[in-house]
This record gives sequence, structure tokens and C-alpha cells, in this order.
Amino acid sequence: MNWDWSAVSDFMPDFWEGLLVTLQILVLGSLISFVLGLVWALLMRSPSRWVTWPVGAVTEFVRNTPLLVQLFFLYYVLPEWGLTFSALATGVFAIGLHYSTYTMQVYRAGIEAVPAGQWEAATALNLPLRRTWSAVILPQAVRRVVPALGNYVIAMLKDTPMLMAISVLEMLGHARLFSQEHFQFTEPLTVIGVAFIVISYLASLALRALERRLAH
Amino acid sequence: MPTDTLPNPEKNPTRSSGELIRLEQVTKRFGDHTVLDHLDFSVDAGKHVTLIGPSGSGKTTILRLLMTLTKPDEGTITVDGERLFPAPEKQVREVRKKIGMVFQQFNLFPNMTVLRNITEAPVTVLGMSKDAAEERARELLELVGLTDHLDKHPAQLSGGQQQRVAIARALAMRPQVLLLDEVTSALDPELVAGVLDVLRDIARSTDITMLCVTHEMNFARDISDQVLMFDSGRIIEAGPPEKIFSEPEKDRTREFLSAVL
Repeated sequence: MNWDWSAVSDFMPDFWEGLLVTLQILVLGSLISFVLGLVWALLMRSPSRWVTWPVGAVTEFVRNTPLLVQLFFLYYVLPEWGLTFSALATGVFAIGLHYSTYTMQVYRAGIEAVPAGQWEAATALNLPLRRTWSAVILPQAVRRVVPALGNYVIAMLKDTPMLMAISVLEMLGHARLFSQEHFQFTEPLTVIGVAFIVISYLASLALRALERRLAH
Repeated sequence: MPTDTLPNPEKNPTRSSGELIRLEQVTKRFGDHTVLDHLDFSVDAGKHVTLIGPSGSGKTTILRLLMTLTKPDEGTITVDGERLFPAPEKQVREVRKKIGMVFQQFNLFPNMTVLRNITEAPVTVLGMSKDAAEERARELLELVGLTDHLDKHPAQLSGGQQQRVAIARALAMRPQVLLLDEVTSALDPELVAGVLDVLRDIARSTDITMLCVTHEMNFARDISDQVLMFDSGRIIEAGPPEKIFSEPEKDRTREFLSAVL
């Protein structure tokens, strides 16, 4: 096996394109999973079983079926219902939805970890329920769960190549195309492997910085 | 001391001068355990009432019922002529505005500065302007002797300082009733005196009604108009502090006092 630097430089233009797509999936997918996960977690606290049962069933279903199946389903079945989105948009939504079923459990733990005394103080001050959530409970809960959410961002990064299955050309997609056209596998796959490590490392640094900023 | 920052009867013309709090036939059970057993008692406006008795005798439960942190199983609770329990949620919110509470564990909001801990409820609940609420918070912090700590977070303060902020936070809502739930029990011994001094000042210089659960018997003797001795969910003896502390009638009270004094 010979390492060919010229193959690396030939791959670079494709690599940058793929990197951009991977980062898009990661950033948008994370945002969706953060927001949706919080929505699920809050809905699951509803006193009504008419809310908690369907939300519990749907999220349980999504968490326990493979992301790949969900990608195919959304990509091939939604258009039959008249809903057509780009492959990237479908993929971002699917991965965000999938991970929201994990982040909801993280939020739940964070919310339950806020001491009962905080709720009691809010009641004693007559704060409305909405304000109690937004000003007292959630700021404390979210601070507690940043490290755990961060771990799911890293896990999501490693799942981004699955979007290749619905023809999204992220880093692995570009590496595969390049390899097949040039019959050079080592260089492009090594380059994207290194890129994955670098992104996770930078993401973990950013998270640690965020944790420090949120500490009080 | 800026006493004008504290609840003022003139600004509150609806306030009655007679009975302010009434509990009738209140029963509270936790599982098989009956904490309060068909309890009747009332407190007149402006009075300072101390609840003493062994732990588990139901003192704290009374404060928690009045703050609506828990609900009775039976009975009625009335505050300033209005029903607090049983009552619809909207009415509970209105009646609850008359009541403030200071907790054993302070329960300050750790995500907010000292200043915002105090201004949060006046702004969002009473609709005060931010400026007015902050001015009042400054006055209250002066009252509790904490003028230098406005922008700190609770974690940067000692327990005694946190508890004084909590007192200021409760007073910022101009309650007619202040519930004090073992407010010095979680403090290091050397910090207790500072908090009790603040409360003595408030008891002396305002007309706020106080219900106080405490193990600080000297403090109870100083500020109380009436002392209620609890045992097993019942008031077994009641009277002015001189009487309860010096010549209690019941053996149970004598036993309890000799154990804590």
C-alpha cells in the first residue's frame, strides 16, 4: 500500500464540500434534537394521560427503531403523502428527531434534579407556572445537562454518514465517490477519519468552555 | 431603618385588624400517619405566634399548608376573610399573595443574582417596574444588612447572608403574613445571631403577622405574643411566652422545654 499525497490534494475540493454538509447536519440536527427533546420532556410532565401516552409511545418507537430505517421511511414514504423535501432536509430532520428521543431523557433527569425547594420558593413568591419554568427550573436543569447533551452531539457526529443512504453527500459520501472514480481508497478515507476526530475534539473543547461559562 | 419599605397598613385599607388566619378542623395525613388531627386555631393580625414541639408534631406542616405547598385532607383554611382551602386555583393565587415564607434551606434561586432574586416576583407577579423593584430591593437589603452583595450569586454568600437575602425576598412581596420555617436550623452557630437580629428588628418595627417554627427558645420568648405547644398533631398548650416558658401547665411541655433549653 502506497500513500499518495497527490490523491490527498485531488480529494480536497470534494472534502471541503463534504465537510460543510457534515457540519450542517451536525449543527441543525443538534438544534432540532435540543428543542424537540425539551418539548417531549415537558409534554411528558403533563398531568393528562391523553398527552403522555401518545408522546411516550412515539418517542419510545423512534428510540427503539434504527435511524437507517427512519431515514429510508422519511425519504421514500413522505413524498407519497405529498410531502417532498430535499435529501439533506429530510436527513437533518430524521437525525434530529432520532436524537431528540435521547435528549428528552437527559432533560427529564435534569428537571428532576432541581431541588423541590426551588418549586416551593416559586410557589411562595406566587410566580406563575410558566415563569417558574422559564426563569427558575429550566435555567438550572439545562445547566446540569450540558455535558450529557454534548455527548449526544458527538454521538450524532458519528451517525452523520448514515445520511449517505438517502444520497446526501457528506464527508463519507464524497470519499466513497472519489474512491470509486480514482481507485484510491486509503487517502480519502484517512482524511475524513482524521476530520471526524478533529471535529469531535473541537466540539468537546467548546462544550467544556460552555460548561465553565454556565458554572456559577 | 427604612420602615416605609415594609408592609404598611395604611396602604392596605382592606386589611382587617382582627383575625387574620383561621384553620378549622384541619386534618393532614401522610399515608397512615396523621400529622394534624382536626386542628383548630386562629391568629390575629399583627401577632407573632411561635410553634414549638417535638419534630414530627405537625408545626412545619401548618406553615406548608398556609403556603399551599401541601393540601389538607379535611378542614378549611381562611386568610383575611378569604378561603385559601378549599378554593379554586385563581382564588388561591390571590389569597397567597398575602403570605410570604422563609425556608430552612433558604431556597434562593442559584441562577439569579441577589438583586434579581428579590426583584423577580415583584416585577412578574405584582407588575412593579424594574426600577421601582430594584430600589425597593436595595432598601430591603439595607434592612437586612447586605448592601454590598447585589450582583453576587447565592453560592458566593454564607448561609447567614443567603438567609437574610431570603428574608428580603419574602418581604419584597409585601406579605401580611410571614412564615418562618426553622430559618436558622441550617446555619453555622456563629451565623444564627445575625439572622435572628434581623427578624427581631422586623418583628419590632412592622405590623407584619409572623408564624414561626423554631428551636431558638430565647428568640421565641423575645418576639412572641403567643406560643403554641404541639404534640402529635394537636395543640396541647397555648399562652404568652412568659407563661409557657416559665410555668407550663402540661408535663409534656415541661419535658420538651427541659430537653431543648
